Amino acid sequence: MPHINVDENLPGIRALMAFSPASATPMGELANLLLRSNDSLSMADRELIATHVSYLNDCFYCQQSHGAIAVCYLDGNTDLVEQVKKDYAHALISDKLKALLSIAASVQKGGKFVTPEQIAAAKELGATDRDIHDTVLIAAAFCMFNRYVDGLAANTPTDLASYPLRAQQIADKGYGNHIFSNKQPVHENEGV
Amino acid sequence: MPGITGLLEYRKDSAQPIRDLTQLLLRGPSTLSEADRELIATVVSYGNQCTFCTTAHTAAADLLIGDHQTAQQVKEDIETAPVSEKMKALLTISKLTGQSGKNVTTEVIERAKAAGATDIEIHDTVLIAALFCLYNRYVDGLATALPDNLGYYDVLADRIVNHGYTRLPQGYDHLKK
Repeated sequence: MPHINVDENLPGIRALMAFSPASATPMGELANLLLRSNDSLSMADRELIATHVSYLNDCFYCQQSHGAIAVCYLDGNTDLVEQVKKDYAHALISDKLKALLSIAASVQKGGKFVTPEQIAAAKELGATDRDIHDTVLIAAAFCMFNRYVDGLAANTPTDLASYPLRAQQIADKGYGNHIFSNKQPVHENEGV
Repeated sequence: MPGITGLLEYRKDSAQPIRDLTQLLLRGPSTLSEADRELIATVVSYGNQCTFCTTAHTAAADLLIGDHQTAQQVKEDIETAPVSEKMKALLTISKLTGQSGKNVTTEVIERAKAAGATDIEIHDTVLIAALFCLYNRYVDGLATALPDNLGYYDVLADRIVNHGYTRLPQGYDHLKK
């Protein structure tokens, strides 16, 4: 159970954001700028980076949530997302994305683990400076989000079917305070 | 432009919410002093071995506290540092958050609460620590340069203590050679 007294009806980071809406606002803006963009890296690429880092940080809520959002952008391909989480080197994704995921994995360990060789390899596969910048910042941001969620022991839903519902909400409307101030999405046959 | 400064000018759009979050958490209204909050930033940056961030926030903490000993002792050993019992507990939470959110145990949380820490203080401590895990990785992940001379950190400390974290109108022009 959470380390502080938050709304038990809201899952994960949403409960933390409802507890502190002022800090939630810039976090939502950052998420929109980094993840809801198709500038060079697609929204799917960006969510895959976030999901893989969350998996490496062993944050269940975040990897399930962002994995489900990636699935929305990838036409329901849950197998691909699982593969990228656990073994991206053998996933059916571009070599450029693999190179960027390797950089993200290094950032997860610590900034100093990113090597010039990894950067050169990514550039050789077509990654721009901006692609590399965004990859590092997404990975760094998820090292923040994962610690926020697990550091406060936020409530982690065990109903796996609830994640795609919340993911669709994000896929439709993006990030922002609406994710905790609006009604939480539920299965159609629940709550009449 | 060394450390975080060049990065915040490289992509100003994503820099804005990072700055806003930092300004709110480190300089916004809080029952934790600005000095206490700079100590949290320092402890986490030190744990992440980020030279730029540790030096800058140590300098800011020193300026706010009025001595060089407190920040130094907090980095070396929280338990014997000249800070309150509550701050020892919150700094321990910060250090653990820096390693992994999962390292924050109910025991350390209970210790903080027993020493008078409120839910808001605990929330902010964890979030500041998490935010500095973002900064340390951003700064080192893109292999930013260190300043040519140590005096730069005093200029930075003065800037963050007296002007906070929001972007100045001239950006960093006044710090460029």
